[in-house]
Amino acid sequence: MPDLSVNFAGIKSPNPFWLASAPPTNSGYQVMKAFDAGWGGAVWKTLGIPIVNVSSRYGALNYRDTRMMGFNNIELISDRPLKDNLREIEEVKKHFPNHAVVASLMVQSREEWHQIVKDVENAGADGVELNFGCPHGMCERGMGSAVGQEPNVLKTIVSWVKEVSKKPVIVKLTPNITDITEPAIAARLGGADAISLINTIQSLVGVDLDNFVTYPAVDGKSTNGGYCGPAVKPIALNMVKNCAQEQGVNLPISGIGGIENWRDAVEFILLGATNVQVCTAVMHYGFGIIREMIPGLERYMADKGFNHINEMVGKALPNIKTWENLNLNYKVIAEINKKKCIECQLCYIACEDGAHQAIGLPKGNGQRVPFIIEENCVGCNLCSLVCPVEGCITMVRKDDGSKVETWHDRTEKGNIPTTFNDQLAGGTHHWIPEPLDALKHKKSNRD
Amino acid sequence: MSEFQRPSSKKEFDRNFSQIKPFLNETQAYYESSRCLFCYDAPCIQACPTGIDIPLFIRQIHSGNTIGAAKTIYDANYLGHACGQVCPTEVLCEGACVYNHQHIKPIEIGRLQSFATTQAIIQNKKLFITGKPNGKKVAVIGAGPAGISCACELRMLGYEVDIFEAKEKPSGLTLYGVAPYKITNKEALDEIKYLQEQFEFSVKYRSPIVSKRDIEKLEIKYDAIFIGIGLGETSEIKISGENLRNCVGATEFIEKLRLTQHRVHVGNKVIVLGGGNTAMDAASESARMGADKVILAYRRSKEEMKAYDFEYELAKKVGVKSLFNVAPVKIIGKTKVESIKFIRTRTRRGKIEAIKGTEFVENCDMVIKATGQAKHVDFFSHIPGLELDDSGRIRVNKMFQTKNKKYFAAGDAANGGKEVVNAAAEGKAAARGIHRFIIGK
Ligand SMILES: Cc1cc2nc3c(=O)[nH]c(=O)nc-3n(C[C@H](O)[C@H](O)[C@H](O)COP(=O)(O)OP(=O)(O)OC[C@H]3O[C@@H](n4cnc5c(N)ncnc54)[C@H](O)[C@@H]3O)c2cc1C
Ligand SMILES: Cc1cc2nc3c(=O)[nH]c(=O)nc-3n(C[C@H](O)[C@H](O)[C@H](O)COP(=O)(O)O)c2cc1C
Ligand code: SF4
Ligand code: SF4
Ligand code: SF4
Repeated sequence: MPDLSVNFAGIKSPNPFWLASAPPTNSGYQVMKAFDAGWGGAVWKTLGIPIVNVSSRYGALNYRDTRMMGFNNIELISDRPLKDNLREIEEVKKHFPNHAVVASLMVQSREEWHQIVKDVENAGADGVELNFGCPHGMCERGMGSAVGQEPNVLKTIVSWVKEVSKKPVIVKLTPNITDITEPAIAARLGGADAISLINTIQSLVGVDLDNFVTYPAVDGKSTNGGYCGPAVKPIALNMVKNCAQEQGVNLPISGIGGIENWRDAVEFILLGATNVQVCTAVMHYGFGIIREMIPGLERYMADKGFNHINEMVGKALPNIKTWENLNLNYKVIAEINKKKCIECQLCYIACEDGAHQAIGLPKGNGQRVPFIIEENCVGCNLCSLVCPVEGCITMVRKDDGSKVETWHDRTEKGNIPTTFNDQLAGGTHHWIPEPLDALKHKKSNRD
Repeated sequence: MSEFQRPSSKKEFDRNFSQIKPFLNETQAYYESSRCLFCYDAPCIQACPTGIDIPLFIRQIHSGNTIGAAKTIYDANYLGHACGQVCPTEVLCEGACVYNHQHIKPIEIGRLQSFATTQAIIQNKKLFITGKPNGKKVAVIGAGPAGISCACELRMLGYEVDIFEAKEKPSGLTLYGVAPYKITNKEALDEIKYLQEQFEFSVKYRSPIVSKRDIEKLEIKYDAIFIGIGLGETSEIKISGENLRNCVGATEFIEKLRLTQHRVHVGNKVIVLGGGNTAMDAASESARMGADKVILAYRRSKEEMKAYDFEYELAKKVGVKSLFNVAPVKIIGKTKVESIKFIRTRTRRGKIEAIKGTEFVENCDMVIKATGQAKHVDFFSHIPGLELDDSGRIRVNKMFQTKNKKYFAAGDAANGGKEVVNAAAEGKAAARGIHRFIIGK
């Protein structure tokens, strides 16, 4: 059996699955329930001077048959008294000494930071997470993402915390910034022990067409919220990878954003995260999803021969390059498996209208399985992505792999297009129909 | 078998005949519409005789534009609601849905269709503006699907339209023929009312056109005449005992069932003669009316039945038993039906042969003949120059024009008996034919 336990910047937990600081970690009751269900750690709902919340607070992006594919909130930090939270942290740690309990914090002055760090460490927290990410409400008061967007301020606050903290300090980053590595580097310079990312992305999740207001509306008015859930995973993955590859950061990473099963978690780990945090998926399905995550991760690790999470961390990083280092001679083209094809012709219309006019339709006698016009196919993948049948369109390699040449190589050799209309450009070799062909009647390429 | 109690009230009748395609609720419609792939040149459209843009209306439902979806449906098919309910979708659109290729349940196109049309009908949304009056008049004989569809399209083209209907209600066999578990009387009539309010054609009920004189009067008043009178009564099978009490024609039985519901008489042991869809319906309906035993008796083998598989399955599911390769020799009884004498048959080179010495008697107290409907041959004889084909169907060209150029015909009367959707498609096409004939467009 692989060993799932993790030592994250000095904080130990029985597995890499932590709850992110959010409603699921709002109380001792919830965190106990989560640990009992199998979660390895929890970052407590952000503590600070208690706030007042509005109702309603959430909005969602539903996509076709999928609810909450994206999720948006305008909630603030904990609205419960600090002393209740401290008492509950203590109680949880008593029952679950081997699980990770991290306190998420957000206050303003140096004195406030000093006080609250001492308070939570005294209560037994295994570490603190500094919330520099909240992109709504708190930032208007100079906290949350207002700090995360100012590397110098961020660095200063981290150093204040380090003045008193005895436990690891994690800095939670906001994605609402152009270059995520800047605040990450600042965190390191301030003395942080780890970073976690991403917090939510500033968003408007939709507009009420009848009442002319965005969701969620509070008495007819609304405000921007923070976006999370499955929809944000690709953005989070990229930011995690950027931090993992940046020499100046060189800190353990806790990956967050759209994680809902073992697969998502492995993706974050392969891109450099040491553990992961989950919020929306638990808000959607409850703590029970951990029952799928743990055995899934175990089976994957056993199949691949990994004994410890550490062996997997960053495994994919060496293969992620800049564009100029990709092989320009690698050629794939699409291939349709006629036996699997259900004849929806989505590949045809996608390539015809949205790509390279490289798919044809058979003429006459009820035949509907499309075919690839190999000379036109640029290997873009679009058809294989729109095809609704598993494994029906595959991309098949056509070059023999003998000659590798990148843009970088070509630049060094001076073999790149440098003027308009340059023969060296890629597009000059493609066959494209004449503009007026578009107006010839649609059925003409069928019988 | 008696899985159904004899219904003694409208409520019990409705329970026994509960809809096999019940309305989708909003959540069902949302999820079902989300599954449609929006195929290119979609096979479902090609399989629909009226060519409804199915992926489009499904996408409209999904994006919350249900009335727009209804418009898409009605643009192609004026009986969009009835069709969603009664079409044999298994062999039409849903049978062509690409999901079938991967053994995934096809999209429930029929139910999505009725979901949209119901909203338009309930809200009485006006979707059409009729054409500028062109001063021409057309008479439509028969307010069935063919006649109604023709009338709607003629109104769009600016004609004045009068429909002459023999019965007291519109809808034709949608109301008098189709099984009650496919569409309720109210739904069928509500759709026609909805159409009539928008298209403003007139319908003269209890106005059969039967005599030469009736025809001549129409000819004077109208620029063209459309024949949409469907088929006639159940044909005779010409064996002795056919006129005994409790021996009835299927269409007559079903008409009574639709109109008087739980009050219709059904025997304890019913034999249904025939192997088409009407036979399946009559058998299913007898079973749902609480008959103890219902037997389908067909002259040929199971494989040769003309009925759709799903209709046969539906009958079997309610307990109907079958006898194949048996021909009725005579119906026995004093005043009422008591039994049928059958002889076993086999099929040789497409022809049925009776097998000597294989006679047997099957007891029953009711016989339903589902042995085909006669054509209105008498009526046709009044129209000069009208030509019929060998099986008594009115001969029409591509414009649905008969040999007498002033007359057009479509639906069951011209196609010999198909489905509501075919009548709707043809009736509309005939209106375009009439327009070509009168205006030259
Ligand atoms: C038992 C049975 C079950 C069926 N089930 C289905 C089904 O489930 N799904 C489906 O799609 N189709 C079904 N059909 C077929 C479908 O009902 C017909 O194809 C369709 O109704 C034909 O439409 P029509 O307008 O041509 O004729 P009809 O529907 O027959 O309408 C003809 C109209 O003309 C009137 N008329 C007749 N003679 C005259 C006259 N001389 N003067 C004035 N008016 C006259 C009639 O009263 C009637 O209203 C079924 C048919 C039967 C018999
Ligand atoms: C309702 C809600 C409240 C949140 N509150 C906090 C918070 O107090 N502190 C914090 O650091 N992050 C907070 N977050 C952000 C989450 O911890 C997490 O970073 C984000 O939701 C992305 O992860 P996910 O999509 O997997 O849930 C909140 C998220 C939601 C949905
Ligand atoms: S890979 Fe791209 S170019 Fe090639 S057939 Fe598919 S969609 Fe067209
Ligand atoms: S998208 Fe896939 S299933 Fe559809 S026609 Fe193309 S190959 Fe066939
Ligand atoms: S064939 Fe099926 S999936 Fe494709 S458009 Fe029609 S209903 Fe939708």
